[in-house]
Amino acid sequence: MDILKVRDLKTYFKIKAGTVKAVDGVSFTLKEGESLGLVGESGCGKTTIALSITQLLPPEGLIAGGEIYFEGTNLLKLNEEEIRAKRWKDISIIFQGAMNALNPVMRVGDQISEACVYHEGMSYDSARKRVKELFSLVEIDESRIDDYPHEFSGGMKQRAVIAMALACGPKIVIGDEPTTALDVMIQAQILQLLNRLRKEMDMSMIIITHDLSILGETCDKVAVVYAGKIVEIGEVETIYEEHTHPYTEKLVKAFPNIFGKREMTASIPGMPPNLINPPAGCRFHPRCEHATEKCRLVEPKLKLIGGEHYVACHLRGDNDE
Amino acid sequence: MNNIANDIIEVKDLKVYFDMSRGFLEEILAKEKRQVKAVDGIDLNIKKGEIVSLVGESGSGKTTIGKAILHLVEKTGGNIFFKGEEIDPKNNKEMRLFRQKAQMIFQDPYQSLNPRDIIIDIISEPLEVNKLVKTEAEKRERVVRALEWAGLKPAEDYLYRYPHELSGGQRQRVAIAGALVLEPEFIVADEPVSMLDVSIRADILRLMLNQCRQKGTSYLFITHDLSLAWLISDRIATVYLGKIVEIGDARLMVGKSVHPYTKALVSVMPVPKVRKDRKMTILEGETPNPINIPSGCRFHPRCPNVMGKCRESEPELIEIEPGHFAACHLCSPHNINKKGPRS
Repeated sequence: MDILKVRDLKTYFKIKAGTVKAVDGVSFTLKEGESLGLVGESGCGKTTIALSITQLLPPEGLIAGGEIYFEGTNLLKLNEEEIRAKRWKDISIIFQGAMNALNPVMRVGDQISEACVYHEGMSYDSARKRVKELFSLVEIDESRIDDYPHEFSGGMKQRAVIAMALACGPKIVIGDEPTTALDVMIQAQILQLLNRLRKEMDMSMIIITHDLSILGETCDKVAVVYAGKIVEIGEVETIYEEHTHPYTEKLVKAFPNIFGKREMTASIPGMPPNLINPPAGCRFHPRCEHATEKCRLVEPKLKLIGGEHYVACHLRGDNDE
Repeated sequence: MNNIANDIIEVKDLKVYFDMSRGFLEEILAKEKRQVKAVDGIDLNIKKGEIVSLVGESGSGKTTIGKAILHLVEKTGGNIFFKGEEIDPKNNKEMRLFRQKAQMIFQDPYQSLNPRDIIIDIISEPLEVNKLVKTEAEKRERVVRALEWAGLKPAEDYLYRYPHELSGGQRQRVAIAGALVLEPEFIVADEPVSMLDVSIRADILRLMLNQCRQKGTSYLFITHDLSLAWLISDRIATVYLGKIVEIGDARLMVGKSVHPYTKALVSVMPVPKVRKDRKMTILEGETPNPINIPSGCRFHPRCPNVMGKCRESEPELIEIEPGHFAACHLCSPHNINKKGPRS
């Protein structure tokens, strides 16, 4: 069963210099219980996709087109009140930078119970009870419920933010860089926790990250995002081992391969394009060493090249309509 | 005096303790001052042209070690030799010369550059402070050269720009140019790429490696990213609660480690591969507070292989094979004879 279907999503930001096409025609499907990774360089539109799904865009952000179906209902057709009923109860976010996501002058327990009080209409006492359950779920000692965020370590703050995202038993949790800025060991603990929670609570998950190397432990499928578009999507093993898009290849190669020879990794030449005036044709062509005339003129579409593996590149799967 | 001539840095039993602030009552009752033992007895040497990495969790004391070696924090005990000579941080003349030879690259290029200065002023500052340039033309030439070493070409384009006009990667290159302009012999690089996108990390690392090979610059590379340490280091030291628990060559990261802490770190190192059979040793909790360091082996409360002995006596660094040292009772000669070092 598909729980979330995003079709041709376009999210633009209107700023003084023009319109930034941060997300420009993104489509993907999330199955029930599945975990999807969105990976790409900074500024490629990963977080904007998440904010569009939950409709938490800043005022200058605007969803210019497309559909987002959650269990069959188009979220973009709902009014603010109806969205608010779904947000957090059905779809919640673990925000980037747990260090700054908590209110420093409010007790951690109160911040989490607030979500239960607002979204589920719980009484303060039963919300507190729920928070204690959530704390044990994310492995924080119950006695810390009345602590302030500064009394928590980095890893514990991250757990608290996860507890907050789980407060209303959502069906989809979106993790925006859930382990960035954490230590290796804490990162492993958090990833293990997310995996366990996904299975125990029967949730679907979207993990947004720039770190391709953590996806193997957490995701079933991976979508590689470049300049506001998905350029390749497939099972995580396919993306690691049998990727065909030149950008994915460069992204994978940018990580040291400790199973291979000790040689310097390659960087990706050039910079991601300006999204006010993205390059014509394939958006990756200025940085691609295989670019041909066609790549400069015609934009490649995502094409199925086997299994659940889609790629948008003229050089691969050249079955043009 | 140092008998190994090609050591750039030699550290003996380095200790850095920070005093904790005391409450009013404690002050009155004259209770003993509590101390945070950030670095608690470290021996380390770095040869000419060598890259040594320090790896470990946050709070392990990696950065403090780097800063103490550069005399940016005051050491509590021990000796630091630079090219065989111990430097007296109170002697301004000695320190000024030392500062020209040893530099630091900081983690965050968004905070390490003065936002109100243009690039040429940022980079030429150490030259002017040390009165190393006499004319404007000479200053400009040296700044241009440093920017080019750091890979900012053509350098003239950057001279009169402000940091906010540059991307993160370019800023870090400017920070590196600032460290290179004095042509130092030793650089402490504290997480120099952790704020940068993966796509540009390699360029910055390659820059460091080239410096090392062409000019014989030595580096102390501080990182929590084990795969990067593996990639560029000649030797790697694992730091836990202010002590080096294992030190050896880069193969520590690919199955040669014997200390349970290094092993655990390696087991959770993320790699872009799906490994279903992967066995991860996820340690519980976080690095304990260095105010109350556990008795015996400081790693014992989190160690998966803890034995009775570990709670009582602190293991010393012993040589397991040439150049590879570990501080663990499991690898002590007594145990090696019984069941081999890598059980």
